[in-house]
Amino acid sequence: MRPMPGKTLYDKIWDAHVVAQDGQDGQDGEAILYIDLHLIHEVTSPQAFAGLRANHRKVRRPDRTLAVADHNIPTEGQGLGVGAVADEEARTQLQMLEANVADAGIKFFPMGDVRNGIVHVVGPEQGRTQPGMTIVCGDSHTSTHGAFGALAHGIGTSEVEHVLATQTLRQTKSRNMRVTIDGAPAPGVGAKDFALAVIGAIGTAGGTGYVIEYAGEAVRALSMEGRMTLCNLTIEGGARAGLVAPDETTYEYLKGRPAAPKGGAWEMALAYWKSFFSDPDAVFDREIRIDAADIAPLVTWGTSPEDVIPVTAGVPSPEAYENPDKRASAERSLDYMGLEAGQPIASAKIDVVFIGSCTNSRIEDLRVAAKIAAKALEAGRKVAPGVRAMVVPGSGLVKAQAEAEGLDEVFRAAGFDWREPGCSMCLAMNPDKLNPGERCASTSNRNFEGRQGRAGRTHLMSPAMAAAAAIAGRIADVRDFL
Amino acid sequence: MQPFTRLDAQIAPLPLANIDTDQIIPKQFLKTVEREGLAKGLFYDLRFDGEGRERPEFVLNRPEYKGAGVLVAGDNFGCGSSREHAPWALMDFGIRCVISTSFADIFNNNCFQNGLLPVVLKPDEVRQLMEEAKGGNHLVTVDLESQTVVSPSGAKFHFEIDPRRKAKMLNGLDAIGETLQAADAIDVYEMKRALAQPWLEDA
Ligand code: SF4
Repeated sequence: MRPMPGKTLYDKIWDAHVVAQDGQDGQDGEAILYIDLHLIHEVTSPQAFAGLRANHRKVRRPDRTLAVADHNIPTEGQGLGVGAVADEEARTQLQMLEANVADAGIKFFPMGDVRNGIVHVVGPEQGRTQPGMTIVCGDSHTSTHGAFGALAHGIGTSEVEHVLATQTLRQTKSRNMRVTIDGAPAPGVGAKDFALAVIGAIGTAGGTGYVIEYAGEAVRALSMEGRMTLCNLTIEGGARAGLVAPDETTYEYLKGRPAAPKGGAWEMALAYWKSFFSDPDAVFDREIRIDAADIAPLVTWGTSPEDVIPVTAGVPSPEAYENPDKRASAERSLDYMGLEAGQPIASAKIDVVFIGSCTNSRIEDLRVAAKIAAKALEAGRKVAPGVRAMVVPGSGLVKAQAEAEGLDEVFRAAGFDWREPGCSMCLAMNPDKLNPGERCASTSNRNFEGRQGRAGRTHLMSPAMAAAAAIAGRIADVRDFL
Repeated sequence: MQPFTRLDAQIAPLPLANIDTDQIIPKQFLKTVEREGLAKGLFYDLRFDGEGRERPEFVLNRPEYKGAGVLVAGDNFGCGSSREHAPWALMDFGIRCVISTSFADIFNNNCFQNGLLPVVLKPDEVRQLMEEAKGGNHLVTVDLESQTVVSPSGAKFHFEIDPRRKAKMLNGLDAIGETLQAADAIDVYEMKRALAQPWLEDA
């Protein structure tokens, strides 16, 4: 008998969570997977709770569920409470969440609580997100939590209801892809650039049907914040989830967090977590290799996250695309973005800078951006005249930490607006929006038409690049600011 | 999900083809936080005029069809946007079954998630039902077990349905209901997990 091939990290997490497997007859390979952690927020949960009520069902594991208010909330005046939220529909959704979680006994960090913030910042920060877990949330960027070696992905409202009722999800297994990033990046290049480079390499549908494991020395060298940025953007490459195997960096981050195991339980958990890695003889269905040294600071020029170019490059010409559909969409993108083929991307003047979102609003992101701001201040420079630059911490705790380090002072002195936590301008569902035609240097994750406000123009980039753009008043190469 | 076994109800004729989900429930009704209460938006622009007054000529506004439980409509019912609000609105209005020659795929799936039975009949059968529904007697019987529709005049029509979907409908099993059949397996899994990973129990 041939020995069984090794298992990937994904295979191991999957196998550890199969409650039952359907379709033994080979008709469909759907499995019932146990869900260890369910994160919910105000926008995609109301109908799920209504569905439970209509069917007289209860939340099976309120203790394995955590709720936050993030998508709809304003990023100022949070202390006034939900009743003061001006938008009536947003207020209703927020109040509905409060009522639903109180009714079900689900742990909830309301708006204004220092522990509240963007769902994908809060879970890890609280130590809720742990290696080897299955984690779901009604939000596609749930892939973020894969940074801890947890299988984490977004789900729809019907599935939110399914998880609330059963603490399981019906799933078919994805294929395995490994992205190995070797070498060391140049100064000014970080996790956001890695992520954009991967999407640029595989395309926005390149990961469809796969779970991606990130490996290689450049990934190992990343902090947890950096790994979260990398996994966060995995969904933009079409893959359901991204994974980084846990290691000392992971355990170091988790230790002492409020929901992390303590004492003897910590040792027990650690032993369990250490079993989650891909076996040396595991076979991946697809392998990609990238050298970190080849990655320049990247920026998007179009309306899809795969439209990435080095900041030193010119805007591509639609003519360059062989595929007529691609050519047509490039033309449409250029028109929407108000750019000319061939113009250096670094010449594009900006109106707004947004440093925030679940991609880049953690303490490390704010430190990097504040460093650029501090350097500029030393040189007697500030946010360029006419540019509206906002910094939105990912959670109340990130905000408090940044303030303890004096980062808010630096940002304010340099002319940035220091806001309260939330999704903010990532999705234009709250008061933070682009006006039509405004161009934004953004650390968020989607540059789709209208994503940050109707007719708004988004350029995705790293926090360091966004800070540099704020000072320059145009898209700029962060390496000139180091 | 409510099981669907047999339905004796009034049938209302809607002789239009390509009724899309925007017509079934326009987008101003999508900002709700509930699945219930969507009946008010059902066929809004067909049922009400610009001033919000009922259009008396619209079939569902006519007294003889007010309590209809079955709708018979033209080809390609439910095309357009994927909004699950469309079956929610129909159900909330009291309609449990829609009969047509064909349904848009996503709408069809959404119906089965929600206990609304989409019945596909042949064009001449749909035409006959439509004619009879306009007459004085509007009662039909839809029997899922035997896969038949009995028209007001007593004509019997057979329809096809995927056996798995039929079984789920008959038992009122939505995906959640189906999964809950494995409740014992979930219990066992949780017990094992509580022993192996006790740190997850007190968080
Ligand atoms: S910050 Fe943006 S992407 Fe992240 S959870 Fe909020 S809306 Fe979604």
